[in-house]
Amino acid sequence: MKRIVYREWLVQPQRYWGLLAILAAVVAVGGLSALYMEHHGHWVTGMTNSVVWGMPHVFAVFLIIAASGALNVASIGTVFDKKAYKPLGRLSGLLAVALLVGGLLVLVLDLGRPDRLLVAMTTHNFSSIFAWNIFLYTGFAAITIGYLWTMAERKGHRLQKPVGTFAFLWRLALTTGTGSIFGFLVGREAYDTAILGPMFVVMSFAYGLAVYMLVLFYTFDADGRPIGPAMLKRLRSLLGLFVSAILYFTLVYHLTKLYGAKHSDIEAFILINGGFYSAMFWVGWILIGGLLPLGIIYHPELNQRRDWITAACALVIVGGFAAMYVIIIGSQAYPQEMFPGHSVLQFGAPGDVGGRVAPYSPSLPEFLLGIGGVGLALLIPAVGVRVLQFLPESLSDRDIDPHASARPAA
Amino acid sequence: MNHETESTNQGRRDFLSAAMGVSTAAIAPGVILHTPEASAAPRTDPVTDVHRWGLLVDTSKCAEGCSACVDACDRENGLNLQAAPLGDDAMKWQNQRATWIRKVKLQDNLSGQITNLPLMCQHCEHPPCVDVCPTGASFKRADGIVMVDSHTCIGCRYCMMACPYKARSFIHEQVDQKLTRAPRGKGCVESCNLCVHRLDAGDLSTACAEACSAEGHRALVFGDLKDPSGPLRQALAKQRTRQIRQDLGLNTGVRYAGI
Ligand code: SF4
Ligand code: SF4
Repeated sequence: MKRIVYREWLVQPQRYWGLLAILAAVVAVGGLSALYMEHHGHWVTGMTNSVVWGMPHVFAVFLIIAASGALNVASIGTVFDKKAYKPLGRLSGLLAVALLVGGLLVLVLDLGRPDRLLVAMTTHNFSSIFAWNIFLYTGFAAITIGYLWTMAERKGHRLQKPVGTFAFLWRLALTTGTGSIFGFLVGREAYDTAILGPMFVVMSFAYGLAVYMLVLFYTFDADGRPIGPAMLKRLRSLLGLFVSAILYFTLVYHLTKLYGAKHSDIEAFILINGGFYSAMFWVGWILIGGLLPLGIIYHPELNQRRDWITAACALVIVGGFAAMYVIIIGSQAYPQEMFPGHSVLQFGAPGDVGGRVAPYSPSLPEFLLGIGGVGLALLIPAVGVRVLQFLPESLSDRDIDPHASARPAA
Repeated sequence: MNHETESTNQGRRDFLSAAMGVSTAAIAPGVILHTPEASAAPRTDPVTDVHRWGLLVDTSKCAEGCSACVDACDRENGLNLQAAPLGDDAMKWQNQRATWIRKVKLQDNLSGQITNLPLMCQHCEHPPCVDVCPTGASFKRADGIVMVDSHTCIGCRYCMMACPYKARSFIHEQVDQKLTRAPRGKGCVESCNLCVHRLDAGDLSTACAEACSAEGHRALVFGDLKDPSGPLRQALAKQRTRQIRQDLGLNTGVRYAGI
């Protein structure tokens, strides 16, 4: 392999500043939404005492698990010694940190008392998985930054493998921890399963890689850097593998739930009679996020085309949001079962919800807050790749793997 | 009952100071003692696990259409002072306002029989809300009362996700009016605390049980689960009782007869 040369992103200034302005505007709108929610209180959102976590959590959880998934690309290079992935490592680390920061910001700004963040940082209840996650998240950011240093600094090269391995293990813990936030909720039927942890891990692999590929394609196209067909093939096959794994785990999840007969009501709700939530599951999670992208990835002609691969990545991301929506909102909207064998005729004052599906319609501010987090997750790498050497000059097959170029392109 | 209100966010009474102590004044079972809590001297003796406070709900006595317990709780804890924010949907507000106790009406799917019961925080011995709270704001006192320290609650709502009884409420709106004994702040979570201000002032009663008795229904018995000769244990000894979601093994402090 030739020595990899990294270079700052050389997109034309107008285009660059235009992009930066758009992203900054998105972040600003998200910030204003948070201020608005904070000033008035959460009644301006669609959230209630029944659906206590709304749209911001959908975005935050997606961004956080995508963060750990984005780091995967670097791990494949260093931990699993796949040489071809080495040049992809720096961007992978940068994106991971950025996605995490974006997700965490949304999470924090959705708190009832974000001004008490210091309390959260200094008072810990160690029986709470949430408190552990605070360490997992800050640790992840720190380790990833260290990992980036080992990749960029000659002196650090020696440490690259141990630090990379550590980061890889940490990221597995982080995603499992995020999944466990839900897994620990005994009173909620949908979450009451051990499969949620591993399912979040495979989801993170897929979503993180999809985001990574989109950013890679965009930045490379913008300043005319080549990506070889063999590299493209590698990435798309990996994505195909991860998306298939999601479908597999989704199947196992629902089978285990159906097997435990007491859960069959929530199963019927998600799979059949949940209206909007069932639609989100089948159309969003399974079709858009699973079958369609797989169709593209394994299609002999479409999978040669970059625009189609880009579309597949975008579909995986859309499907990911749908999956988060079903997992987070759907299972809260579904009534908590307290009285087996009974129907709840009345639950508190009229309008108070129990025993029936809780209404929830996200309001604009909470949606914009989530989008703001996405904006930040993209603004950070946009600045990063411009001022520092994150992007390899070329990913053409000849530069990555001289032997591959001897063979006819796939 | 004094209804002094406080219109600023300042001067919230520290729940923790309440957690510091409980009076152990001996009161004969059934005697209802009223102490205006504002004049009660601050407790200095710590809360001990000599007592575990709890409730028994006899659903056969809980009357259809009666809301005495709910109304009494609303007045006692200033929940009636909540106002829907201007512009909020009326139905949505019902699901956003704080509710510490609610009347639930059930129908047996097989027999069609109707059961009425009040539902509030069950004061679990192993409270999931306390387990998940990242800051420790949700806590269980030595005497079994589960409550929220409104000074350290960051409003993450994880406890609401964890509670199997939907017992907790998030304050969705700016709070203009509240009682000193029930500090309430936008962005924090709260729930039934078994009228802890009464207990800490030596008054062994809760507003709900008192109101139910005053209506002549006597469906609610408040007392000490650890006192074999107390009213609660006496009542529990007389009939078969269950916990809601007994399968979760939370060992709740609120027990139900007739479900
Ligand atoms: S009923 Fe809910 S709020 Fe009350 S102690 Fe149990 S889990 Fe906590
Ligand atoms: S909302 Fe408050 S009491 Fe509930 S878990 Fe979060 S910090 Fe604890």
